[in-house]
Amino acid sequence: MMMDLVGRPADAGRVAFEREASSSRAPSAPFAGAPNGEHAQSDADAVASRAQTSKMRTEELRAFFGRSEVIRGITLPIPEKKVTAIIGPSGCGKSTFIRCLNRMHEVVPGARSTGKVLLDGQEISRGVDPVRIRRRVGMVFQKPNPFPTMSIRDNVLAGLRLNGLRPKDPASLVESALRRVALWDEVKDGLGRSGLSLSGGQQQRLCIARTLATEPEVILMDEPCSALDPIATARVEELIHELQSSYTIVIVTHNMQQAARVSDYTAFFYMGELIEHGRTDAMFTRPRQQKTEDYITGRFG
Amino acid sequence: MTEVVERFGGSVRVRVLKDRLVRGACAGAALVALVPLFSVLYYLTVRGLAGLDAAFFTELPKPVGEEGGGMANAIVGSLQLVGLACLFGIPPGVLAGIYLAEFGNGAFGRVVRFCADVMSGVPSITIGIFVYALVVLRTKQFSAFAGGLALAVIMLPTVTRTTEELLKLVPEALREAALGLGVPKWRATLRIMLRTAAPGIATGIMLAVARVAGETAPLLFTAFGNRFWSRGLDEPVASLPVQIYTYAVSPYEEWHRQAWAAALVLVGLVLSLNILARVLVRHRVRT
Repeated sequence: MMMDLVGRPADAGRVAFEREASSSRAPSAPFAGAPNGEHAQSDADAVASRAQTSKMRTEELRAFFGRSEVIRGITLPIPEKKVTAIIGPSGCGKSTFIRCLNRMHEVVPGARSTGKVLLDGQEISRGVDPVRIRRRVGMVFQKPNPFPTMSIRDNVLAGLRLNGLRPKDPASLVESALRRVALWDEVKDGLGRSGLSLSGGQQQRLCIARTLATEPEVILMDEPCSALDPIATARVEELIHELQSSYTIVIVTHNMQQAARVSDYTAFFYMGELIEHGRTDAMFTRPRQQKTEDYITGRFG
Repeated sequence: MTEVVERFGGSVRVRVLKDRLVRGACAGAALVALVPLFSVLYYLTVRGLAGLDAAFFTELPKPVGEEGGGMANAIVGSLQLVGLACLFGIPPGVLAGIYLAEFGNGAFGRVVRFCADVMSGVPSITIGIFVYALVVLRTKQFSAFAGGLALAVIMLPTVTRTTEELLKLVPEALREAALGLGVPKWRATLRIMLRTAAPGIATGIMLAVARVAGETAPLLFTAFGNRFWSRGLDEPVASLPVQIYTYAVSPYEEWHRQAWAAALVLVGLVLSLNILARVLVRHRVRT
C-alpha cells in the first residue's frame, strides 16, 4: 500500500526527497525512508519503513529567528513507537527542529516558522492551542530542570497539578512514574525531599518521570545526556530503550555512538537542511551522502 | 617545585602572609560596619527597657504631669497603618513587577521602570503632601486611610522593582519546563516563576515594610496623630513614629522615657514582622 500516514498517495511526499537526492553526489539508492515507485525497492529498510506509520511528520518546515533561517525546509517522517535520533554539528538546527514539534520554538521572542507539522495527520503548527499540543508532545531538556520549590513527589505530579488536574491516586501515580524511570528504589524513602537534592542523572530521570506522568504520546529529548556522566548517560539510554515500546521518541544528540545505540532511525542535519535520513544501522554502516559519511567518521563537526 | 612557586612571584610564606593580611582587613571592616548597628541596638535596649512596663502596651497616654500611661493606641495604630499600606501597596506593586519582568521590554515598560526608579528617590514628606492634597483636603479630615495610602505609595516602587528583578533571576529553563508540560504561560508565571522567586520577593517586601513602619514625615499630615483610640479608618490615628517624635521634642522627662520605650517597641515590631514573613515563605520542602 503506497499510502503514508496522512493518507495521501505516497508520490506526493516524494518531491522533497528527490530534490534532496538529485542535489547530492549520485546516491546508490534513493532515499530509503521515502517510498519510491521508479526504483525497484529491494532494500528491506524501505519496506519496513513503508509499513511503519508516522506519528508525526514535518513538511517543508522552515524556522526563523528574526531574519535568519535556521531550518531550511525539512520534510521528515517520525515513525510511531520508534526512536528517531537527530544528529549534526552544533548550530545545524537540531534543537530548533524538535522545538517546532511541540510549539516551543515560538516561545523565544522573534521566532517563527512556516511549513507544516503534522501529529496523527493533523496540522498542529498553527490554528491550534500550543498548550494542547505540548500535553501530547512532551519534552525533556538538555539541563535537568526540576522545579526547585517542589519535592520529588510534587515534581512528578507537577504537570498534572499545574494543569488543574487532581489525580485520584497520586501516590501510585508517583510510584509508577518513578519506577518507569528506574528512580523509585533510589528515592522512595525521601519523596518529600527537594528535587534539587538529587544528583544530575537522577534529576534528569526525575524530569523524564515528570514528563511521563502527563501521559504524552511523543517525547522530545533535547540532548538529555549532555550534562550527565557516562554512568548516568547509560541509565538514561537504557530508559529510552524501555520507553520506546510505548512512546514515540525523538532525541537530539551530539554523540553519534549514542544515536547508534538508542535509535531506530537517524536524521542527519547540516546547516538547517536534512542531508540524510534512514534506518540507523544502515546510515552508520552505509551512509549514502558524502557529508554524512564525513560527519559520522569524525572528519568535521 | 621551587620554580613553580617562583613563577607566581614570592615564596609560599609571603603569600600566606598576604592572605592573612587581606583576610584580617576584611574581618576588621566587617566589625566596623557592625559597630553602629550594635551600639544603636544596645543604647536602645538599655534606655528603652527603663521606660517599658505592662502599662505601656495596654494604656492610653496620660496627660502631661501624670506619671505612667502607655502607647497602646500608637502600637495598634502603627499596625493598622502598615496593614493598610500592605493592602494598598503590595498587590499593585507585585503585579507591576510581573508585568515589567514578563512584558516590560517595550517603550511602555521602560517608562514604568524609569518612573518607579524616580519615585523611590522622592522624599517621603513629598508623598505625604501629595496624599494630603489628594485625600485629606477632599475628605476634610486626617485619617488612617490617608496615612496607609501615603505609606503604600512609598512602598510601591520598591515592591515593583524587587519583584521584577527577582523574577528575572529565575532561570528561564524553569519556565520552559513548565511550558513543555503543557502549562499555559500565565500559570507558569504564577505557579513556577513567582513561586520560585517568592522568598526573595517577600524579603524585598519586608524591607519596604520595615522602611515605611518607621516613616514619620508622611504621617504628620495624613494620619496626623491621636491621643485616644481611633474609632475608624476615617479618623486620625496615632502611630509609633509620630508619637516618638512628639514625645522626644517635648520638654518632659517622663515623655522622653516613653519615647525611648516606643523606639524599642518599633524596632521589635519591625523585627518580628521580618521573622514572621520569613517563616511564612520558607520553602515547604527540606533541601
